[in-house]
Amino acid sequence: MSMVDSREPGGSPVAVLDPMLPRRFRIGRTRQDTRDTYTFELEPVEGEPLVYAAGQFTMLDAFGVGEAPISISGNPLALGPVEHTIRDVGVVTHALITAPTGAVLGVRGPFGTSWDVTDAAGGDVVFVAGGIGLAPLRGAILELIAQRDRYERVVLLYGVRTPEDILFGDELRTWAKDNGIVVEVTVDNAQHAWRGRVGLVTQLVPRAGFDARRTTAFVCGPEVMMRYVASALVDRGVRENRIRLSMERNMKCGVGLCGHCQLRELFVCVDGPVLTYDRLAPLLSSREL
Amino acid sequence: MADDVRVLGMDGLQQLIDVLAGHGYSVVGPTVRDGAIVPGPVRTVDDLPRGWGDEQDAAHYRLTRRDDDAVFGFAAGAQSPKPVFFPASELFWRGRRTGEEFTVNEEGPEADGHGLGPYALLGVRSCDLHALAIHDVVLLGRNHVDVRYAARREGTFVVAATCSSPSGTCFCASMGTGPRPDAGYDLALTELLVGGPHRFLVEVGTPRGAEVLEEVESAEALPVDVQGADDVAAWAAAHMGRTLDTEGIKDVLYANAESPRWDDVASRCLACTNCTLVCPTCFCTSVEDVADLTGDVAERRRVWDSCFTQDFSYIHGGSIRPEIRSRYRQWMTHKLAAWIDQFGTSGCVGCGRCITWCPAAIDITAEAAALSWTPQPAVTT
Ligand SMILES: Cc1cc2nc3c(=O)[nH]c(=O)nc-3n(C[C@H](O)[C@H](O)[C@H](O)COP(=O)(O)OP(=O)(O)OC[C@H]3O[C@@H](n4cnc5c(N)ncnc54)[C@H](O)[C@@H]3O)c2cc1C
Ligand code: SF4
Ligand code: SF4
Ligand code: FES
Repeated sequence: MSMVDSREPGGSPVAVLDPMLPRRFRIGRTRQDTRDTYTFELEPVEGEPLVYAAGQFTMLDAFGVGEAPISISGNPLALGPVEHTIRDVGVVTHALITAPTGAVLGVRGPFGTSWDVTDAAGGDVVFVAGGIGLAPLRGAILELIAQRDRYERVVLLYGVRTPEDILFGDELRTWAKDNGIVVEVTVDNAQHAWRGRVGLVTQLVPRAGFDARRTTAFVCGPEVMMRYVASALVDRGVRENRIRLSMERNMKCGVGLCGHCQLRELFVCVDGPVLTYDRLAPLLSSREL
Repeated sequence: MADDVRVLGMDGLQQLIDVLAGHGYSVVGPTVRDGAIVPGPVRTVDDLPRGWGDEQDAAHYRLTRRDDDAVFGFAAGAQSPKPVFFPASELFWRGRRTGEEFTVNEEGPEADGHGLGPYALLGVRSCDLHALAIHDVVLLGRNHVDVRYAARREGTFVVAATCSSPSGTCFCASMGTGPRPDAGYDLALTELLVGGPHRFLVEVGTPRGAEVLEEVESAEALPVDVQGADDVAAWAAAHMGRTLDTEGIKDVLYANAESPRWDDVASRCLACTNCTLVCPTCFCTSVEDVADLTGDVAERRRVWDSCFTQDFSYIHGGSIRPEIRSRYRQWMTHKLAAWIDQFGTSGCVGCGRCITWCPAAIDITAEAAALSWTPQPAVTT
């Protein structure tokens, strides 16, 4: 990675890392999760493995095509390859998911704030995910599981469009069976042999058993969904500063220099993407902010 | 103090340019191009807008002939020195692919053909000096540094100039950013046209400035010169075309996020992005990836962008700010309010360029005033 010689006013030369230059990572194991979503492992071509915290993201670069911000979906405690779970929605994401095993991608980061799940130890924990929003939460869930006995009741509420869109299905079963996590899945519409719940994930909040005053909630999904979930959690008695949401904005730099991700006074890329609801509530109440 | 205050004639100004060039600086100052004043290379005093003034008002800019020989006798030019350090398009990297591999060779800012400096800025207005300081905080003063800006900005020598001829759209006096340079310069000039021959009062801001001044023929300043410079600044401060009341402005903007005034301005704004392109503090950029036909050679460039475009906030499902109403609100709320939370200062230095260059004559000072008068609607959730 490159260093650029820069000087503090009147000071001596200091090496400054250029946050805009990608490091090269090679695609290792790849898995198709759903019709349009893939998870792959990335290993550095040279240099140190990526050290990151759950909830952080990288800027993933398909050479010559462009970059997209993608959350790290792997276990931050495992110092192995880095995992990303990507949904094919456009030019860059399509180039990323169709790159073959062994191909080299550019990686910048990790960037942004994290879920900080250890801070929830000693109380109840509620994870609420919508669609691919489960991917950024997965690292926090795995981190929690590694020290499961430090947490009381743990609930995962997960809403997806159809049963075919459910991510990490095997893991959901393991988390429920072996790790003492109450997993509730609901789908918007089910045509086939779905015997689970149908309806919005918001509706699960009032019924999920947790001690609201001692609960920390981690929410990731589309912005409207998060807004309704956050207010349902507040209605249940969860404190606003114990609700954390992961925000999504257009991002070009990931490091607070390009201006794209602004949410009034916040740069979502550096002040977020994980932000507490007490900070977000006044901002989410204005349209198009 | 008196030792630090000297006077130069036009010959002295030429010597100053020569000395700076001799020290290896690329000297950049105001120049006339395409009927407007823009930053450009300066080798002789004749490259400066000698004898030119300007006339500015909302949606109006015209160069005029002065009846004297003033070289700094105009208000804020069409463009600040911003592009010297922060070009409208610059190379981030070039890369080559072979098979499944690719390399990104770091070529640094000079690969761009864009000069690296060190630069000497000549005749910088106080408003633009404040804008430069703001850019330094945004691009150098946080966790991640813009290394290309840092490389160009490094070692910049600043010769500031007191503004003598503010225009109809200027309001730096009310923003506390002018008209007299107060910090951030090596040397500061005030052009004096009365009380003696055409001359410049020079104030020294740094030891480096003093060293450079030693190499230039200058005379000790007389009390009349010192007084003359104070008079120039006082006259300019009293002749600003506009004012902006900054008292409580952040709360006014935050509380008025749903004001009907935004619909009013949206009905006039063309979302042309002019205001952002001329603003000396706007820093929003995008990246462009370009590959050759084989896809094996590619480069990424950074280009200026603007929050007035719909694509700027595009994410899955559409733009966050599809309406011009919310884009104008974003711009103005950022400039005058959110900037204070982000960086500790206003994002506006009162240069008036956005007013001059808006084809719809939209005026940030009038919009701010209108919001301050609008009763705040009840907060809706
Ligand atoms: C912090 C953060 C974390 C993210 N984590 C993940 C993740 O783990 N997995 C994942 O699949 N996606 C994630 N995304 C979304 C991902 O960045 C976008 O889907 C991606 O940028 C689309 O790029 P594209 O070039 O493929 O799409 P484009 O060709 O640009 O556009 C195609 C579609 O993608 C949408 N889009 C474009 N940019 C964004 C954006 N920044 N965010 C959302 N939608 C966008 C467009 O509205 C359009 O519908 C994350 C976004 C952010 C900001
Ligand atoms: S907002 Fe307008 S007046 Fe203020 S600094 Fe920018 S261009 Fe100048
Ligand atoms: S305010 Fe004026 S200059 Fe700015 S985008 Fe609107 S029309 Fe263009
Ligand atoms: S993504 Fe560039 S400022 Fe946040």
